[in-house]
Amino acid sequence: MSHTITVTINGKLESAQVEPGMSLLDFLRAQGLTGTKQGCGVGECGACTVLVDGTPVDSCLFLAVWADGKAVRTIEGEARGHELSPVQEAYLEAGAVQCGYCTPGLVMTTTAFVEKHAGKPVSREDIRRGHAGNLCRCTGYTTIVNAVESCLKK
Amino acid sequence: MFAVEKYHKAHSVAEAVRLLAADPFAVPIAGGTDILVKLREGHREYANLVDIHAMPELTPITLEPDGSLAVGAGATFTQVIESELVQRHSPVLAEGASWVAGPQIRNVGTVGGNICNGSVCADSVPPLLVLDAELELQGPDGSRRIPLRGFHTGPGKVARGHAEVLTRIIVPPAPTGSFGAASIKYAMRQAMDITTIGCAASILLENDRIQWLKLAFSVAAPTPVRCPAAEAAAFGQPLDAATIAAVQAAVAADVSPRTSWRAPADFRLHIIRELAARAIDKAAARSAQPGRSTA
Repeated sequence: MSHTITVTINGKLESAQVEPGMSLLDFLRAQGLTGTKQGCGVGECGACTVLVDGTPVDSCLFLAVWADGKAVRTIEGEARGHELSPVQEAYLEAGAVQCGYCTPGLVMTTTAFVEKHAGKPVSREDIRRGHAGNLCRCTGYTTIVNAVESCLKK
Repeated sequence: MFAVEKYHKAHSVAEAVRLLAADPFAVPIAGGTDILVKLREGHREYANLVDIHAMPELTPITLEPDGSLAVGAGATFTQVIESELVQRHSPVLAEGASWVAGPQIRNVGTVGGNICNGSVCADSVPPLLVLDAELELQGPDGSRRIPLRGFHTGPGKVARGHAEVLTRIIVPPAPTGSFGAASIKYAMRQAMDITTIGCAASILLENDRIQWLKLAFSVAAPTPVRCPAAEAAAFGQPLDAATIAAVQAAVAADVSPRTSWRAPADFRLHIIRELAARAIDKAAARSAQPGRSTA
């Protein structure tokens, strides 16, 4: 019952056989892309956030077959060699990383948020609402909001 | 790995109807943000899937020739929230949708799924109830249009035929005059939380008298409900503290809140009365903005 999907992952076109019950998260991790983390497995924590055609989704609740023909971005695609993406750099500068387990998902959420809101007025409340689908148990969020704010100012 | 036993991707609504009709155990899956959680929890009744995820036929949000707003059942909460048509025609629907979970879930979960899974706490349902929304369903015998009011038949149960697909949610044009609507969610947190009590109100005022009030709640009864007794208490009355108190007194007859770990029944009733007043205030304030339809 497996299905062939063709998906662009971090700019690279891949073809693969997937079972219909396979989540996008399991598919990505099986490809060796283990930067995307599984947290709760039920769409509550955002640790597994990836971008599908630029939109943040919980990959634990997204079937791999739905990614057929789409472009998926994961944390592995954000840095260019040893050069961090502007969002990763902002997280580093703001001290928005502690244990790091939520960071890949948060960085992907922020990446889409910054792309969507570039040049628009954004309040700290808007940033909090826009990141409400990502739980972090270490930082207390303030440094994360600071990081997002500094990205928007660049 | 989700325990999917049978999987068929439908390329059209007609094909989805055929696939559902062919398998008495098949269920349609759109956004999947509820069904995949159920599957993970081991609910085998969701193991045979007819996939209608992101079907182009089901996603458009359009304005009908008669001025009604037609929301594709497959439109995601984010598409509804960001739709200029929704914001102009029925902003209260965007307001209700904005309370759902968090951004990632809103990017995938659909309004049609929110209605069809029959959840008593569906955040999009109270606003649609006070807008007198109708549902368009396509089944083996063709298409039918029914009111949303009455579609929920019990906890987790709706009047969707086994082989029917909800195709569109139709919101009639807002009345002319001083009309406003509002939606409020009471929960422990402002995001990623199941509603303790959800409330929506729409109101038409003329010379500070209430022409009509429509009031709806989620989690206040075994299904989302409209409130005929509370609405009758407001009919033709001036918009003042005495009328609000009469509505708050009458609403107890419309609801039967339950006790759960989230909140005891008497506390829920207190919240129901408080939200009724707040939603009416908010809707009335919006009705006072001339030149803007605020459904």
